[in-house]
Amino acid sequence: MWNAILSPDFFGAILRAATPILFATLAAAIASKSGITNMALEGIMLFSALFGVIFSSLTHSAWLGLVITIAIGGLIGMVLAFFVLNLKTDEILAAIAINLVATGGTVLILVAFSGDRGVSSSIRSVSAPNITIPLIDKIPFLGDVLSGQNVLTWLALLAVLLLHLFLYKTPLGLSIRAVGENKDAAESVGISSRKVQYIALIISGALAAMGGFYLSGGYMNMFTKDMSGGRGFIALAAASMGGNTPVGGFLVSLLFGLAQALANIMQLTSLMPYEIILMVPYLTTLIGLGVYYYAQKKKKERLSGK
Amino acid sequence: MNSAKRFDILRTVFSVLIALAISFAIIFVVSEQPVEAIKNLLIGPLTSKRNMGNVVESMIPLIFTGTGVCIMFSANQINLAGEGAFHVGGLIASCVAIKMTSAFVSPVAALLCAGIVGAMFTAIPAIMKIGTTANELVSSLMINYLALYFGNYMLNNVIGDPKASAASYKLTEASKLPVLVQGTRVHLGILIAIGVAVLGYFFLYRTRTGYELRLTGENEEFARYSGISIVKVILISQLLGGFVAGLGGGVEMLSPIYARFTWTSLLGYGWDAIIICTLSRKNPLYTPFAALFLAYLRTGASIMARRTDVTLEIVQITQGIIILLIVAEQFLSKYKHKLIAKEAKAALKEEEAA
Amino acid sequence: MDNQIVLQMNHIMKIYGNGVVANEDVSLELRKGEIHALLGENGAGKSTLMKVLFGLESPDQGEILLNGQSTVIKSPQDAISKGIGMVHQHFMLVPSLTVAENIILGVAPKKGLFIDMDKAVDAAQSIAKEYNFDIDVRDKVEEIPVGIKQKVEILKALYRGAEILILDEPTAVLTPQETDELFIQLVKLREKGHTIIFISHKLDEIKQICNRATIMRNGRSMGTYEVADISTKEMSKLMVGREVSLQFEKNEQHLTDNIFMKVRNLTVNNSQGVLKVDNLSFDLKGGEILGIAGVEGNGQTELIDTLTGLNKKYKGTIEIKGKEIANASIDDIRSLKLAHIPEDRMSTGCAKTLSIQENLFSNQYKDPKYSGRAMLKRKAIEKRSDELIKEYLVKCRNRKQSVGMLSGGNIQKVIVAREFSTGPDIIIANQPTRGIDVGAAAFIRQRLLEFRDAGCAVILISADLTEIFSLSDRLAVMYKGKFAGFFTDVENVTEEELGQHMLGIKKDDVLEGVMYE
Repeated sequence: MWNAILSPDFFGAILRAATPILFATLAAAIASKSGITNMALEGIMLFSALFGVIFSSLTHSAWLGLVITIAIGGLIGMVLAFFVLNLKTDEILAAIAINLVATGGTVLILVAFSGDRGVSSSIRSVSAPNITIPLIDKIPFLGDVLSGQNVLTWLALLAVLLLHLFLYKTPLGLSIRAVGENKDAAESVGISSRKVQYIALIISGALAAMGGFYLSGGYMNMFTKDMSGGRGFIALAAASMGGNTPVGGFLVSLLFGLAQALANIMQLTSLMPYEIILMVPYLTTLIGLGVYYYAQKKKKERLSGK
Repeated sequence: MNSAKRFDILRTVFSVLIALAISFAIIFVVSEQPVEAIKNLLIGPLTSKRNMGNVVESMIPLIFTGTGVCIMFSANQINLAGEGAFHVGGLIASCVAIKMTSAFVSPVAALLCAGIVGAMFTAIPAIMKIGTTANELVSSLMINYLALYFGNYMLNNVIGDPKASAASYKLTEASKLPVLVQGTRVHLGILIAIGVAVLGYFFLYRTRTGYELRLTGENEEFARYSGISIVKVILISQLLGGFVAGLGGGVEMLSPIYARFTWTSLLGYGWDAIIICTLSRKNPLYTPFAALFLAYLRTGASIMARRTDVTLEIVQITQGIIILLIVAEQFLSKYKHKLIAKEAKAALKEEEAA
Repeated sequence: MDNQIVLQMNHIMKIYGNGVVANEDVSLELRKGEIHALLGENGAGKSTLMKVLFGLESPDQGEILLNGQSTVIKSPQDAISKGIGMVHQHFMLVPSLTVAENIILGVAPKKGLFIDMDKAVDAAQSIAKEYNFDIDVRDKVEEIPVGIKQKVEILKALYRGAEILILDEPTAVLTPQETDELFIQLVKLREKGHTIIFISHKLDEIKQICNRATIMRNGRSMGTYEVADISTKEMSKLMVGREVSLQFEKNEQHLTDNIFMKVRNLTVNNSQGVLKVDNLSFDLKGGEILGIAGVEGNGQTELIDTLTGLNKKYKGTIEIKGKEIANASIDDIRSLKLAHIPEDRMSTGCAKTLSIQENLFSNQYKDPKYSGRAMLKRKAIEKRSDELIKEYLVKCRNRKQSVGMLSGGNIQKVIVAREFSTGPDIIIANQPTRGIDVGAAAFIRQRLLEFRDAGCAVILISADLTEIFSLSDRLAVMYKGKFAGFFTDVENVTEEELGQHMLGIKKDDVLEGVMYE
């Protein structure tokens, strides 16, 4: 079994499993950085998984399908922003509502579109291709891990970098972080917190949409009912554990990918019950959350106690 | 009744009507037989004794988790582990009910265990919050999955019947809750559920602890200033809420609907509970009515789905829209302002007259 | 210094939505390159005037002339663009960002799509250097001390081109050393031609660095003076003035022998670690009202929070009815028959979404009259609610109306009814009549006197000097966490004398009558 675990294939599997969670984690991170908990990620991913299938089949192009899906994801982020920022809806309840609409809406749309119930078996969708980048595939080991990964996995890795640059190197990113941390301070220098939060939620929606697209057009080649499977929620925890930073979120996502990939291998052996392995990512997050917040609490106490 | 309450009711009714109207519009778009579909949705549940029974039987888990969430949310703890508590409640009740064979003792023991395990379950995020300040929302979302996989593990390795696929050994007859209305599956659980809702109301609105809990939920600083222990309130509210949700899982398992434990995914009653809680304004006494509404809608939808080309899931859209509109503070806020201004003016006049 | 006038605010009037006249007729004139003190008690209208100047409020009457030009300031952004900067008392900084990032927030220099961080750091560092601020702009704000944070705020304003700088009680949060350092820098800013509005209560500080002072009282300006030509005594007299005295029938005092509260060497630091109550000792007997006067922020809040058990971090001893309360919960302390009217009635004093009835029993629902072991006695509670509403003249529909729907005065009556109805032995009343109508205020004062006559011990903290004068049997003045003055013969104290103690001009070393032994 150790041979299997140390092989490039296994690391590739980690990346594959981590990709959707990574997108969602980045989405959760940028929303949190702006001061809003985006629990609607689950619903946005689910919608996007379906729209990815539908629009890639309508346009006969994975790329066009992806672009439209991203646009719709951003739009749902905007709807959430509208309810939370304009109509003063509780952000958690608004998200629960969006998730509900997504659960029902996806099934309904699927039936209306193709007559399929629950699984999009009759839709001829176009999945995003796997790619190998020249030169990178020559790097020992890493080349083997990365080569042949889905283009969306590449995009996810790129998104970590881009989001990091965006949040930490651009004026808008600075504004987002300022609004999330001290709204009054940001407003006092003329930053419109509402505008900034709208932008953050739209980007958050778009990122989650890529994760959703990957589920049905990369990881798998069709849409199935409820296929987001709680990844949006995991992402909230992962982002929070990663300190809501893109790089931190990336590392925690890998942990999830690892647990998932391990679970897949363990399924073939009988070392440990499969279900227990599946618990690992959630348990890790739970413990991680506790440790992270405990450290924060102690830090605060230290600051006030001096 | 004051204007704020009247407005609340008005907005609830409005939200429900708008949500139904949108759902009907969707049905007209997607269906070849929209009139038939809407007819089935609206009056289907009334068409037979069995259908009416279905409405009542699906109210039961909703009342339990709804009441549990009302108690937890009343203390302003956004703990979503009710979902997992329901799951482990059902699991533990099955474990007990598989083994025990004595009448009366068996279901009571099974339900008690379900409640206790449910309480322990929802207490985890609460204890984490008290100890480390970790947000209860995120941790409760995580432990729900632990509940699911633990259930799957038990099902596959401990209580699974090798002769059945993905099902436990049979629950003993002695453990099952009796059917109340012949020809339906309406069982004793409905009485327990309504009892729990009423007790939940009494707890929140008539007991000392319930009062402490609501004060804390509405203004924590005020509660602390008044001498209330916040830690105690968080713990008690989450333990009780979890107990009720876990009990609900147990009752559901012991109902005539199931012969064996077969839950391999989370059933979503924890999420439905949030709708129930929103509709009943955190008052457990109203949860049976909210549950009736939701159960009716779902039964209607499933009849519609069976007889026409519209799928069951339309209900989730209706539910989503209802929540959005009810909790959107600014929705109809102009009207609310008018109502309140009118009341204020009337009060002023009274004052002048006095 | 030339005498060029950079800013004139003429006859400003500001009436708030609730009818409070915050500025009645205020004029302010700034000369280029001066440090101009704006002096006044809490509620005198200083903040409102500055809000008008900084574009946060629009005046109902009056005009603003900037460099001789009539101008309208629409928003803080507008004010900033016109060269007006403000350093708020509560810092407007983002803790996790660096000093440089805070300074350039919203106006970041760009290189392509990105922030030109090198340029930003250079610009921030060079402006710090220009004004001799010893700051490393790459430090994170959360890791720097309060004094430096304030400098960052000043730099933020300077970076945005502020010519006129408003400093709202800048020394309130500083240590003496930090204050000295700030003053050196303010003088440098003045030398460079900046004009500074310095809001303060501290006369010695004003004497030290200000050129002129405008004194405000009750929404009016009492005149502008050359600081060199006016004594601190005169300033305090202009600032602290008693309005028409209240008519009270105050009965002769019957002091009891019960020492209800005994405080020894109490020292409290606030959550930022700043010393707020400094080695304070006093006694409190039944049958008296101990008034505590003082400019806000001199430790009153921390003292009350500690006496009532809301704050548990302190040094020294507090005995209530002979019991040390170090390990007592708030509930335990309340069981000793202590009632507390909190300073902030909305955030601490009530739950506005709950009904009047539910707000009336938060401190006594455990009383056997109102509950058994577990259940509340609804009938008794309802009956008592109606009685209290009647007795305390709460204007409302009925007991089920939510408290948030009532007027401020009626909310306060609900709180007072709750606290007084337990039959307390000790009452701690913190600003019991602030911002409420005359009738409600008179009612509450009358009640306090009745309790005193009945042998109850009362601590009254109030910014309303008239109230303090007419109710107190003994009167303490808090200044920098200590009693700077103590009077047992309240009737013979002049407001001038009180003012001098409040502002720290006069500090008594021997405080007679603070303790009874």
